[in-house]
Amino acid sequence: MASLSYILRRPTSEYGVWGWLTTVDHKKIGTLYMVTALFFFLIGGIEAIMMRAQLATPDSTVISADLFNQLFTMHALTMIFLAIMPLGVAFFNWLVPLQIGARDVAFPRLNALSYWIYLFGAIILNLGWFTATSPNAGWFAYANLTSIQYSPTNGMDYYVLGLLVLGTSSLIGAMNFVVTIINLRAPGMTLIRMPIFTWMAFITSILLVLAIPVITIGLIELGFDRFFGTLFFNNAAGDVLLWQHLFWVFGHPEVYILILPAMGMVSEIFPTFSRKPLFGFPVVVFSGIAIAFMGWSVWAHHMFATGMGPVPDSVFAATTMAIAIPTGVKVFNWLATIWGGNIRFTTAMMFALGFIALFTIGGLSGMTHAAAPSDLQQTDTYYIVAHIHYVLFGGSIMAIFAGIYYWFPKMYGRLLNERLGKLHFWLVFIGMNITFGPMHYVGLIGMPRRNYMYPADMGWDFWNMVASGGSIIMAIGVVVFIHNFYRSARKGEISGDDPWDARTLEWSIASPPPHYNFAEIPTVTSGDAFWHQKYPDGDKGVPHPVPSGGEDHEEVHIEMPRPSFYPLITGIGIALLGLTLVTHPIVGVVGLITLLWGSYGWMLEPAE
Amino acid sequence: MHDENVGHATTTGLDNRKMLMWVFLASDCLFFGSLISTYMVMRSQSGVGPFPGDIFDILYTSVSAFVLLMSSLTMVLSLSALQRGDHKNTRIWLLATAFLGAIFLGGQYYEFTVFVAEGLTLSTNIFGTTFFVLTGFHGTHVAIGVMMLLSMYGASVLGKLPQSSSINLELVGLYWHFVDIVWIVIFTIVYLIPS
Repeated sequence: MASLSYILRRPTSEYGVWGWLTTVDHKKIGTLYMVTALFFFLIGGIEAIMMRAQLATPDSTVISADLFNQLFTMHALTMIFLAIMPLGVAFFNWLVPLQIGARDVAFPRLNALSYWIYLFGAIILNLGWFTATSPNAGWFAYANLTSIQYSPTNGMDYYVLGLLVLGTSSLIGAMNFVVTIINLRAPGMTLIRMPIFTWMAFITSILLVLAIPVITIGLIELGFDRFFGTLFFNNAAGDVLLWQHLFWVFGHPEVYILILPAMGMVSEIFPTFSRKPLFGFPVVVFSGIAIAFMGWSVWAHHMFATGMGPVPDSVFAATTMAIAIPTGVKVFNWLATIWGGNIRFTTAMMFALGFIALFTIGGLSGMTHAAAPSDLQQTDTYYIVAHIHYVLFGGSIMAIFAGIYYWFPKMYGRLLNERLGKLHFWLVFIGMNITFGPMHYVGLIGMPRRNYMYPADMGWDFWNMVASGGSIIMAIGVVVFIHNFYRSARKGEISGDDPWDARTLEWSIASPPPHYNFAEIPTVTSGDAFWHQKYPDGDKGVPHPVPSGGEDHEEVHIEMPRPSFYPLITGIGIALLGLTLVTHPIVGVVGLITLLWGSYGWMLEPAE
Repeated sequence: MHDENVGHATTTGLDNRKMLMWVFLASDCLFFGSLISTYMVMRSQSGVGPFPGDIFDILYTSVSAFVLLMSSLTMVLSLSALQRGDHKNTRIWLLATAFLGAIFLGGQYYEFTVFVAEGLTLSTNIFGTTFFVLTGFHGTHVAIGVMMLLSMYGASVLGKLPQSSSINLELVGLYWHFVDIVWIVIFTIVYLIPS
């Protein structure tokens, strides 16, 4: 029977290249996600620096108009789909099983598949750099800029196919985490005892499950228009505005997909470094749910300028303003958590505090364009660019940096260097404000976004030069971070299992955790489970030693899911299928055969 | 996709794989929801014919819809047989389900060729665009379902679908019923309600 079922012998090695290619361990997959996403974060940053070089001076000719279009399109796509989203997923992978006391996710092989599809989707999206043109109609890809007539090169084909493949990856990953969080919690871990980061991962995953299919349909319709001559977004026969609705019905929940994991991270960091429980834990959870729910009713605030009429404008302005309430509640909960706490200014804490300040500024400017009349003045100006960078860089990226400094010891067993960390923080914090702060001003005095060149006599020169200078400061900060990451992973100070005196279960096991995570599945009797085990006599008491789940490596033998070739094979099949329409039918045939090989091999292989 | 944590009791008591299938179907609801919305928005926007009233043969499509609905019945019979350990009837009803699904697909293929002959293609008008893409994606779902049914049949013949893993057939069944329900919605909105 065995010879019938296995075309491939099950891989056994957990090490070396094959170990990485066939791994199904959530921690290794988390590391793969993080390294790949940080790589694309650098690519996106280089694209941004190139644009700032062009915009530093008026009437500049450093970069052509066509390349500029590709750069702002790919910068947004790279940062959103290839950097921030997968960085969030990297943390889901690393932390969710550890925080809920599980040995892995519910479907380890599916988890590997979603990583491989992400990697291949990222490559497809970037193929334009090596062939003819990259996507150049903006990340929002408004119809009918994207029609064959106005985008005759392959650029927008890579957009359609790359995002379809990436969407598959996000969907598979999100479904896996929904099931994992519902079904693999340790005994006693009721939903309200679940750590706040896992809560936000849960909400984000549900958003992904419901939002991805909407953009999938938008992309399928666009793809049919481009490849098969349908009329969905045809100016005369179809409806160009339909694309905007489909895109933003996905696009606005997507904004919360980017920010909710960040909120979850800082919600873990504040309590630890203030030595206080998270203020109003259930309220933070319900605010997260409210944000996710209301996020579905605000999409058309991206479309005020399309002339929807006063009634839709008013409705969407009102729903958008209402979403500020749960967001504001969260901000006050974080402040109240810090209030009166025993604060330690570690790098992680500084990034988290920076997050509050910058995200609040971004939120406030967001309120100014929730009002439709004021938005009509701001649409397509640098004011909007300033807003989105305050929420996505000041919000998501600052929180992700905080998360990396906080959880790095759990991942590598070593601390990131704090001195370099603080240098990194100040460079990025100052650089980011110098870059994006002035954009509020040049936007309000009328500088349009997405233009590759501006004339000299508009009063924009000085602040554009300042913004470009700021971007260099940020770039130096990121270089310091990369150096710190690389160096500390090898030679950093040994951290011990619980370097921050933290509160949640991931800190109760060894750093880095053994591959089975918990030698014995913990039983949970309260929120902040690990804290209450450590301090049974209350916060002021003396810490009691907690038996670690991973100290007795030699004696413990726990069957874990074995590595598998099939996620990688299935992923290659999906990628080749995705490439069919821009290459040759033979690629599709090979892709289909590979996909069938992968999935049947997968099914016939025992899960464990 | 048959991963599972063997021997690991789940928090809710529900099987992980079944929950995964439910979550996927929730996602698929939004998939078809967006396609159907597109059709609804565009349904009376065509400037040139053929229009729906010109080419729909309600009786013909009703018959193929009936065939698809009956396949849900045979699906239930197949699962029920497997749960009783009756492998012969499991296979008979599995083949019947796949066969009915294939009849539906053949009917859809024939319907498409008739429509094309009458001058309705993907790019004739927005009705053609939305109609073919919506029903085509539903047909693709049915085709994937037929493949899964035949795979289950193959597994059963090779003795790899024991009574103890009836959950595998149950998952295929969940998917199959969902695809049927979607067709009821599409059939009602596209064929029965005049634009």
